[in-house]
Amino acid sequence: MAITDDVLVIGGGIAACTAALSAAETGARVRLLAHKKSTLRQASGLVDVLGYAGDEGPFSDPYAGLDALPEDHPYHIVGEDGIRDGLRLFDEAVGDAYQGGHTDTNALVMTHGGAVKPTARYPESVAPGLASSSGDMLLVGFENLTDFDAPVAADHLTAAGVPFSVRGVTLEFPKSFRSDAKVTRFAKALDRDESVDGGTARSVLADAIDAELDGETRVGFPAMLGDDHDDEVRDELADRLGVPVFEVPTGPPSLLGLKLEDMLFDALDEAGVRISAGNPAVDFEAEDGRIETVIVDQKSRRTPYEADQIVLATGGLVGKGIDSDREHITEPVFGCHIPHPEDRYEWSEPEAFGSHAFARFGVVPDDELRPTDEDGAVQFENLRAAGGVVGGADIAREKSASGVSLSTGAVAGRLAGEEATQ
Amino acid sequence: MSDAESPTNPNLNPGAQTDDFEAVEVFPESTDMDLRPGADNCYKCTACDVSCPVAEVDDEFPGPKFQGPEQWRLKRKDDEPVDDSIMSCSNCMRCDDACPSGVPLSQMHNTARGEYVEKEMDKLSREYIRNRILANYGTLAQLGSMFPRLTNAMMGNSLVQMVNEKVLGITSERDFPAFATQTFREWWNERGGPKVRSEEKRVAYFHGCYSNYNTPEVGKAMVRVFESFGYEVVVPKQRCSGTPMFANGMLEDAKRAAGINVENFSGLLNEGYDVIASCTSCSMSLRQEYPELFDIDGIKDVSEHTYEALEYLRIHENLEDELREVSVDDQSFAYHAPCHARNQGLDRQSVELFRELDGVEIEDVGDSCSGISGTYGWKEEKYDKSMQIAADMFDHMEHAQGDVGMTECPTCSMQMEHGTGYDIKHPLQLLEEALV
Repeated sequence: MAITDDVLVIGGGIAACTAALSAAETGARVRLLAHKKSTLRQASGLVDVLGYAGDEGPFSDPYAGLDALPEDHPYHIVGEDGIRDGLRLFDEAVGDAYQGGHTDTNALVMTHGGAVKPTARYPESVAPGLASSSGDMLLVGFENLTDFDAPVAADHLTAAGVPFSVRGVTLEFPKSFRSDAKVTRFAKALDRDESVDGGTARSVLADAIDAELDGETRVGFPAMLGDDHDDEVRDELADRLGVPVFEVPTGPPSLLGLKLEDMLFDALDEAGVRISAGNPAVDFEAEDGRIETVIVDQKSRRTPYEADQIVLATGGLVGKGIDSDREHITEPVFGCHIPHPEDRYEWSEPEAFGSHAFARFGVVPDDELRPTDEDGAVQFENLRAAGGVVGGADIAREKSASGVSLSTGAVAGRLAGEEATQ
Repeated sequence: MSDAESPTNPNLNPGAQTDDFEAVEVFPESTDMDLRPGADNCYKCTACDVSCPVAEVDDEFPGPKFQGPEQWRLKRKDDEPVDDSIMSCSNCMRCDDACPSGVPLSQMHNTARGEYVEKEMDKLSREYIRNRILANYGTLAQLGSMFPRLTNAMMGNSLVQMVNEKVLGITSERDFPAFATQTFREWWNERGGPKVRSEEKRVAYFHGCYSNYNTPEVGKAMVRVFESFGYEVVVPKQRCSGTPMFANGMLEDAKRAAGINVENFSGLLNEGYDVIASCTSCSMSLRQEYPELFDIDGIKDVSEHTYEALEYLRIHENLEDELREVSVDDQSFAYHAPCHARNQGLDRQSVELFRELDGVEIEDVGDSCSGISGTYGWKEEKYDKSMQIAADMFDHMEHAQGDVGMTECPTCSMQMEHGTGYDIKHPLQLLEEALV
């Protein structure tokens, strides 16, 4: 016996969650098999579809850029329908917590460095800070939160030519924490509205900002405005200041990413997806070109999981779905073929932000997202790939990471589910 | 398992014959554990710190990243002493699960704590003596359970509790767990050992201290359920799994216990037995901590054959179908997954299984830590923090539909009961009710 399901999705990020939700819609019995906590914790929480392609962009309409993408890009397999389906699953999963679904147009969101990036969906708390909407902006940073330097971000944003004025100030947080306190500590203090000198965390903070406000009509903070009671925190601050407040997505560990992870897992629960997390898939048994069993390393002991259909959504180089040594690029679970130049000096460009070959490394999917071997033949009849493990997209340059994950996840999950329930 | 080395066996020189490549010895040869490869994997993303329940409530605690890779680097350069904050780590091992980079955090913490206790701690200090007593709960329980009624009356006495707190630093806020009037092993011997004999289906039960001395009903449920599936159950002599010893840096005590356990269980593996535990910290210890920390003959074999009881049935039997065909009296549970279950990937299995069982409502109360972490919450100076950590779990339990708690971990269950007044069941007890 092994633990048996119809569809087994390997991974724990956006692609895996979407694939699982998509497969569950077909009525299949689905299991998500995740290793560690997902890289969503390191992600901004923004959902990009396509901002740039080649030398073109930024696109205000992400779908308009599809034609400019290289031929082997995964978007050409899933098509506009696949992207829309991925976004639909996402919108259903997160509900009101995200905005952007009302339009096909990209929003321009500021990053914690003060750059502006085109994105398709953004957390509700980020919305009042869009660079594409008007209103002078005050950015607030804190001494102890070194990830966000408000004056520098304001200067960058101004240099980017936004049509409103931006000013940044650095304040003391009303409660003093250790010098390397974690962002969650700040969030909790606001969540609980802890008492501090002169009042409570929220009121004293609002007073300090009020004294700084100089006609600005919106106030931005690094993403730290509460965790469990974030709506309440933002509402109270906005109320006291008389202007909208917003959050700027930050680097890891990102509160917005953590919240997105929670929302996606809640959606999985609701859809009846079973979840096994904490151990990596390391091996498999196959027969006649079909994967019969996936082997999970459960603290050095091997546990078998069986399913009719498998979706591989283990991520790219950062998520460890793709492994590398000095000579080879490999896909560690099923040994899927990943083409790469033999000479590793051809894997990257001299410029840090150049068009690196490694950025596009990944499995080569057929038109059903099944990984193919060197000769272009399907490697396993019942294996599909989704997300970062799929090659062909340069997600960092294109600003397409979430879109690739959502669309390939939606299509791979649906095909797997349909096949398994036939 | 981690990328770091297990303690090296000096007789082995892996890879030496396999190619012509001549390795240059950069570091002096040592039989100590080499955690450097693991430490180098840390890219300081602080995912571990964010997942640490102690750091969340204790502003003084520098967090797993400092305790692990940073401290390890500091130490390699000069002979820096281990920072005393290591004693505030509760060994929940959540950092292991959070690390995206395979840094063996808990292994580093266990090692550092062992070194701190050995080199820095005054062996006559109240803290050391108290920790030693708590870490060796099994010994204490053995004495206590000789006269269970007397011990229970005594430990429940407020004067005794006050003395415990003032003299030993064991909190008086908690009620000592009652000792059963008959231990699991006494029951086992009285019933004459296994009732089922089988050549094919064989398990050796690691009951641990708690289900032996305090909750023998869990052990009995485990035996009855496995026998109902036709398993031959044996119960080898055993010591504490070592979990409380790791958490208190008593590595010598832990190694002694591990040695006895490995010796008693590894011999059975050849006869076709697998090792089953009903406590998720016990199975965690045998599976992960033993091979990470000790070099004992047969240790890897035991690790590879150890299962949590429910997990074993899920893999080897058609448990889901069995449960679908039966029903129990209506009952509703608030389930809490112990941190150590989480780390073995077992945190969802009870909810998943019992959802299918007619008569049962079960709700996962979320991923908050119970905060007691074995002996941690018993320490007078840690009690408040342990309750602060638990606040989320209490809150979620009270908001859950269920009015009975469920968990696999004995100390989580103490904390759940302490904070909510709910009765707490072990999944095996419900399984017994459903299947036997």
